Amino acid sequence: MQMTRGMRIREAKAYVAQKLSVSVQDLADPVRMAEVRDDLDLGLVRSLPHRVKGIDAKFRIAELLDIGINCVNRFRDRVGKKFK
Amino acid sequence: MGKILTRMGDGFLSEMTEGELQKDIEEGTKDAAERAGVPPLSADELKHLFDIYRSPAKFVSVEPGNEIVLSFDAGTLKLQRLGINTGRIHNIQIMERAMGADTMEMGHIDYSYKAVKPIVGDEQQEFEQALLVSTLPLFYGAMPNLAIYSQPDGPVANSAELLPLGKIAESRAAQEEAVELAVKDMVYVGSAMYESGADGINFDTTGAAGDPDFLATLRATKTLKEKYPEMCIELGMAGEFILGMHGKLEFEGVRLAGLYPHEQVKLAQRAGVTIFGPTVNTNTSRSCAWNIARAITFIKPCVANATIPVHANMGMGVGGAPVVDNPPTDAISRASKAMVEIGRLDGL
Repeated sequence: MQMTRGMRIREAKAYVAQKLSVSVQDLADPVRMAEVRDDLDLGLVRSLPHRVKGIDAKFRIAELLDIGINCVNRFRDRVGKKFK
Repeated sequence: MGKILTRMGDGFLSEMTEGELQKDIEEGTKDAAERAGVPPLSADELKHLFDIYRSPAKFVSVEPGNEIVLSFDAGTLKLQRLGINTGRIHNIQIMERAMGADTMEMGHIDYSYKAVKPIVGDEQQEFEQALLVSTLPLFYGAMPNLAIYSQPDGPVANSAELLPLGKIAESRAAQEEAVELAVKDMVYVGSAMYESGADGINFDTTGAAGDPDFLATLRATKTLKEKYPEMCIELGMAGEFILGMHGKLEFEGVRLAGLYPHEQVKLAQRAGVTIFGPTVNTNTSRSCAWNIARAITFIKPCVANATIPVHANMGMGVGGAPVVDNPPTDAISRASKAMVEIGRLDGL
């Protein structure tokens, strides 16, 4: 949120927490966030089969946070597909 | 009363009484306030700082709620320098997954925009691959490093050699020529890496060669943002004071020589910088507590003047950290906690 919208830290935390339906405090809780990442397909620390990895997770992040991510847009253009 | 174990700016352990620690903190903030014409830290802030530095714990951290995010310069080079023979893509994955990095930066071992320009195609293809296997925001970074445009490393007459000969006009002309070349290189490389998908571009150690170096980076930023309005540009400084190597250079009517962080950030914002990284150099003859009090005094008004996120530079020799290759965790954790909780930063 700092990189795409220039938000200061408090505003960025509030925005992300609202979008992920968690509290601001939860954002810094690795146990809670592991659940959130698993539920919302945002990528996990541990690499597991059939879970999003790498840039896949960035597509999800862009969609959930409603932001444009440069590499996601470029990848989309390169593969020439439209994603809903 | 027992002694407090602390460190000097050169990293070596030292013992201080509470009185000596308090005095050092007060002198550090006073030094910065006088130099930059900014307020010293308040009594509450001095007490907070004192409490952090007198803690007997080996490692300290922020209180819950004060967590911030980290950005890096020379990101992929950090593991290479340890002699760990992994590639840059591996380094990005290690930092993301094993070290918990919030963002990362890929950089070439010859970490200057001038050096990267002729091999940018190779950088692009590796960067595109790195983006596929990583999730964190990935910057591409290098230094403006105006010095390497001077002979014998570059085409421009050496301004540092002209100055002692009294050839001031010639020295200034050489620096102005270097600015033009550097802007071209930064825009060229920045454009290429952004078109390869970079989530951000980092200009590291801006101002290292003085006011021409700062000017080149501001102008490159402005050009890149006109070309790519959505581009994230992080601008990290080299020191707290812009050295007047030229002395007369201006950006949009503001003379650059002599600016401190609270003034630097205003110009960075005007140029289109997204994240600003102020830097305060460490004095190795003074204690870490003196250094951090001084650093925060410079940085607090910078944060107050900013409308963009501020990520203060912290690491070897900057931001109150000692000048050692691997800063001890007791020193770096205290400096980080103090910077975040008193400096009110958006990141480090």
